[in-house]
Amino acid sequence: MALDPAYLEYPRRREGYDHDLYAWSSIFDRGVLRWPGDKGVAVWLCVSLEWFPMIPSDMPFRAPGHMQTAYPDYRHYTAREYGTRVGFYRLLDAFAKAGVRASIATNGAIAERYPEIIADIVAGGHEIIAHSTDMNGTIASGLPEEDERALIERSLASLEAAAGRRPTGWLSIARSESWNTPRLLKEAGLAYTCDWVNDELPWRFANGLINLPLNHELSDRQIITVQQQSADSYARQMEDAFDWLAAEAGSANARVLPLHITPYIMALPYRIAAFEGLLARLAARPEAWFATGAEIISSWESQQ
Amino acid sequence: MSEAQKADPGLYDFVPYRGRPRIAWPGGKAVAVWVAPNLEYYEIDPPANPLRKSWTKPHPDVVGYAHRDHSNRVSHWRMAEAMSKYGFPGSVSLSVALCQHHPEVVADANERGWEFFSHGIYNTRYAYGMDEAQERAIIEDSIRTVREATGQTIRGWLAPALTHTPRTLDLIAEYGLDYTCDLYHDDQPQPVKVKQGRLISIPYSLEVNDHYGFFVYNMSPREYADTLIRQYERLAEEGAESGTVMCIPLHAYLIGQPHRIGPFADVLRHIAEDGRAWIARAGEIADHYYEHHHAEAARGA
Repeated sequence: MALDPAYLEYPRRREGYDHDLYAWSSIFDRGVLRWPGDKGVAVWLCVSLEWFPMIPSDMPFRAPGHMQTAYPDYRHYTAREYGTRVGFYRLLDAFAKAGVRASIATNGAIAERYPEIIADIVAGGHEIIAHSTDMNGTIASGLPEEDERALIERSLASLEAAAGRRPTGWLSIARSESWNTPRLLKEAGLAYTCDWVNDELPWRFANGLINLPLNHELSDRQIITVQQQSADSYARQMEDAFDWLAAEAGSANARVLPLHITPYIMALPYRIAAFEGLLARLAARPEAWFATGAEIISSWESQQ
Repeated sequence: MSEAQKADPGLYDFVPYRGRPRIAWPGGKAVAVWVAPNLEYYEIDPPANPLRKSWTKPHPDVVGYAHRDHSNRVSHWRMAEAMSKYGFPGSVSLSVALCQHHPEVVADANERGWEFFSHGIYNTRYAYGMDEAQERAIIEDSIRTVREATGQTIRGWLAPALTHTPRTLDLIAEYGLDYTCDLYHDDQPQPVKVKQGRLISIPYSLEVNDHYGFFVYNMSPREYADTLIRQYERLAEEGAESGTVMCIPLHAYLIGQPHRIGPFADVLRHIAEDGRAWIARAGEIADHYYEHHHAEAARGA
């Protein structure tokens, strides 16, 4: 038995990447970057605010957090809705108390179904990032290009109609893209995506689209739901991360600490206090600049 | 199958931990500690191996690919700086195509005095299903590529993504490699039975590998750091009787994340300050073992 000889051929073995989406660069070799107010660490709060139809679609895949039981899955449908009705308002209050603003990555369906929640986001001064249509709106290669283009447009149109303003940022469900996604996002007029977790500062695709990395390893989903750690442990880990990034930024460079939060995970009564405590401690740090994704992008772009 | 499968791979004899010839490490140290960063390249759109899938999602698997790309843009240097600060050289498990894709990472490791062994061409190209000529081709490619990029001649092997064939160990011994990191049967180096030449196993580790710590056992960064300290303390204690080996296998995209690197750096400081550790490269451990202990162990085996 032998493998197909092509298995030992490496047509893209060359300097740089095995794709042409973006160019390589080391974060330690990019020159000076500093956040407004001469701050070293941008703390970026990003909340995923999602609506899961009780009829799940697996095309192209089922979103994390989606329905799990036979129909009707009241358990997961309502537990996710709890996050939207109750938990999200706890988060808005926590942000107000800490005096910080966040990016809310939300489905177009939230705007269509609950326009008042969009009004509350806008009134709080938070940014809206487009996060697909609803939680059946997953993207992966194999999704026809026309369907993907329509999905992006429908998400943006719903959010623009409710918020009065078209989002400039995009977050795919599960950060999953097709080969076409960076091109389609650019064509839709978006300035940035948050899907690629390969870096800790913004960078540009070859087509001009910007990526603002939303580190999945630091998300409440990864740490609490997947790795089954406590909210206290999560808070400890975020502070350890902040300490390291602040030291690495020093007085002449800059880093981003993304806090990716899910209302139905972090904003439960027994977890929210740990998160509020974390926000208060980070807000008291002199190195911290709490900023929305769009603000980080804007500051970064102005220094390129 | 062209060859009959074996229930026992026949790689070594049973030699219980109790009653072995004593291993004495240089300077009277109790435990040889080596750090094994995996410097890898995962392809975004690799061809399929009939026996194992590379990515769980359709290509591009954005999170899977970008997570590993974090090593080569951010976390390699973060991890390497912490190691250098506390005096730990790396023994690199290298996807040798990284020499082409990101020579900056390989050059950084080489300049720090790290040693390289092969972890295959890419971590998305598996040995399963290769015939002998194909397996020879990846060994020869590894030797040639690392020599051209670093001037070093590889002395060890960790199968790409831990994919083996029954002939891998015979072949690497035939090519003159000194050690394998693919066997997990011991806390001390051991002779490995090969058709020609000689080979030893150097303890690597699945159990305290950062991948296992974070993605199999779901440890927090501080729990993983505590695990490494406990592993070290026990092996140092037992190593006072007869030298042991502790390997810390790493992936920068895991250990070099901002919430993990601080607790890990504290582990390195703890081991460096303890005084019982012989902080070494894999090749130095192999050299010492071959010079002082291999003949007796091979006779006993």
